[in-house]
Amino acid sequence: MSLRTWGWSVLALALLAGCGQKDDGKTVVKIGSVAPLTGAQTHIGKDNENGARLALDEINAAGLTLGGKPVRLELIAEDDGAEPKTATIVAQKLVDTGVAGVIGHLNSGTSIPASKLYHDAGIPQISPSATAVKYTAQGFKTAFRVMANDAQQGAALGQFAVKTLKAQKIAIIDDRSAYGQGLADEVEKAVKAAGGTIIDRQYTNDKATDFAAILTVIKGKNADLIVFAGMDPQGGPMAKQIKSLGLKARLLGADGIQNGNFIKLAGADAEGAIASSPGLPLEKMPGGPNFKQRFNAKYGEIQVYAPYAYDAMQVFVAAMKRADSADPKMILAELAKTDHTGVTGQIRFDAKGDTVGGAVTLYQVKNGAWVPLETIQ
Amino acid sequence: MDIFAQQIVNGLVLGSIYALVALGYTMVYGILELINFAHGEVTMVGALIALAVIGALLGVAPDLPGILAVIAGALVAIPACMLLGYTIERVAYRPLRQAPRLAPLITAIGVSIILQNVAMLIWGRQYIAFPPILPQATFQIAGAQVSALQIFIVLLSGVAMAGLWFMVQRTRLGRAMRACGESRETASLMGIDVNRIISTAFIIGSALAAIAGLMVSAYYGLAHYYMGFMLGLKAFSAAVLGGIGNLGGAVLGGLLLGVIEALGAGYIGDITGGFLGSHYQDVFAFLVLIAVLVFRPSGLLGERVAQRA
Repeated sequence: MSLRTWGWSVLALALLAGCGQKDDGKTVVKIGSVAPLTGAQTHIGKDNENGARLALDEINAAGLTLGGKPVRLELIAEDDGAEPKTATIVAQKLVDTGVAGVIGHLNSGTSIPASKLYHDAGIPQISPSATAVKYTAQGFKTAFRVMANDAQQGAALGQFAVKTLKAQKIAIIDDRSAYGQGLADEVEKAVKAAGGTIIDRQYTNDKATDFAAILTVIKGKNADLIVFAGMDPQGGPMAKQIKSLGLKARLLGADGIQNGNFIKLAGADAEGAIASSPGLPLEKMPGGPNFKQRFNAKYGEIQVYAPYAYDAMQVFVAAMKRADSADPKMILAELAKTDHTGVTGQIRFDAKGDTVGGAVTLYQVKNGAWVPLETIQ
Repeated sequence: MDIFAQQIVNGLVLGSIYALVALGYTMVYGILELINFAHGEVTMVGALIALAVIGALLGVAPDLPGILAVIAGALVAIPACMLLGYTIERVAYRPLRQAPRLAPLITAIGVSIILQNVAMLIWGRQYIAFPPILPQATFQIAGAQVSALQIFIVLLSGVAMAGLWFMVQRTRLGRAMRACGESRETASLMGIDVNRIISTAFIIGSALAAIAGLMVSAYYGLAHYYMGFMLGLKAFSAAVLGGIGNLGGAVLGGLLLGVIEALGAGYIGDITGGFLGSHYQDVFAFLVLIAVLVFRPSGLLGERVAQRA
């Protein structure tokens, strides 16, 4: 077979797949799911895929009809390795496969470059877990998310620092990454809006381990709260150095340090640190305990974002049902009108595709574990 | 509480760590005129091996005193790094000793990349926590908070420098090293086993690197496969600043670089009215390095070496 004929047959096959083959008399509609399934974040990635798969299996079991015809949903799970470069390759592959929509990607760094491809193809994309503001700020009508973004998280942090912790002198440190810098700016805005005072802003980078110099400056300005916008490899040693330099200031971080690794790296000095994370604690979610049971029975323990992936799939299929079609264009129109009560709470989208009133929960390290303090809506 | 005193202490501790690593660079350079870029990675391997030993020991005997566990970690890491240093020299540098100077530089970078990747395969990408087994108490000295570990690090770099200086200036081995530094051919004609001397220099330098790695991971509470890269670069800069090849220069350069970084990070924001932030601390340090080298190309304590005809 010549290369040309071969190419045409592949194309024909792809088109055929896109139109949907019939085997058990049902039309097949494909939905993509993208998360890192290799590399350091494999466990979180598989968790997202399982969340989406659970929703899809439940919908298939209940039966779905579109335009009067019985339909079977099929999950096309892809791996982007948390790499922006791979993300665009995988996105193109899904577009070529003719998926009706995509649940993903997991990271902000992968969701943003992929969103351009989905937008150009007119395919709806719902990320369960990307929080960077930029993801929905590019003017793409195809990009949605079901989790609070960094602006909402920064606002919650600033409000909590001033209103609840009653901090008088707040110092902010960020790691100059896209995430840290963006979050720090949002915190500063929120602190000022709540009537608080920022006495200092200091900077580090995402490879540093020595913070003695900047912490000494902050000590000299008598800060009573240090807000750190960055990840746990820096947050851990920073918590240690805050204590060893004899600072009285408390450490307040965001989802970058709200994990077990932070506690491991900071050891006993993690005690008392507070950090935010988008969403509600699982046991506080309206459908949380029930979801946990169903998920555990099939896939074992929940890592982090599975409930969000589950809701993203439910929201997508609900829009598909209302449109009564698997045509991405008709689904998109319905998706914008979503008002869905899911496992994680009420989901509605604003004009940009962000979740309206996404919740942010604050956690504190007590006896070597993160304990929920309060949730800000 | 005196901010300036605290920044000086911060800088001296950071500088002592640079100095410990810089001593290894400078000793090898003094003999071979070779920049052993894999030296930073030997530091990393030392830290990770020591941590693995400490972790295993605490797993078997959780009540073991912290100091003993750390000493046991050092007793395994030091010989392991000595062997590593010897192997690196034997495999990557000795076959190229007569080759143009750029060739061993390239193999040095190659060894450094190999060590990083092997460490990543063995220990993974994540940051490994140093268990909190050392005393954390701090004292007030001249208004600054100082911990026992910080004092130990500063003393250690002083002792290491003095010990090396004594060895190089006052022992037979040191005399042989200096002779090799002057001219390897002449030294070998005088009955000195040049290969053995060079191997010894690498072995001693690697032992120091292992100790430095252990100190760094104990001080910051973590270790990971990438930690040797920036540390090696800073220590190399310190050695050049002080005058590469000169042991006292390595320590002076390390301390200066540490203090400049601390003061830079501490005051650059206030001096420039917030125009430049503390993330410019590295820029500040390297600006000083460039300025020194413009006026003293062979470093602060380096001697001007005439080009041999």
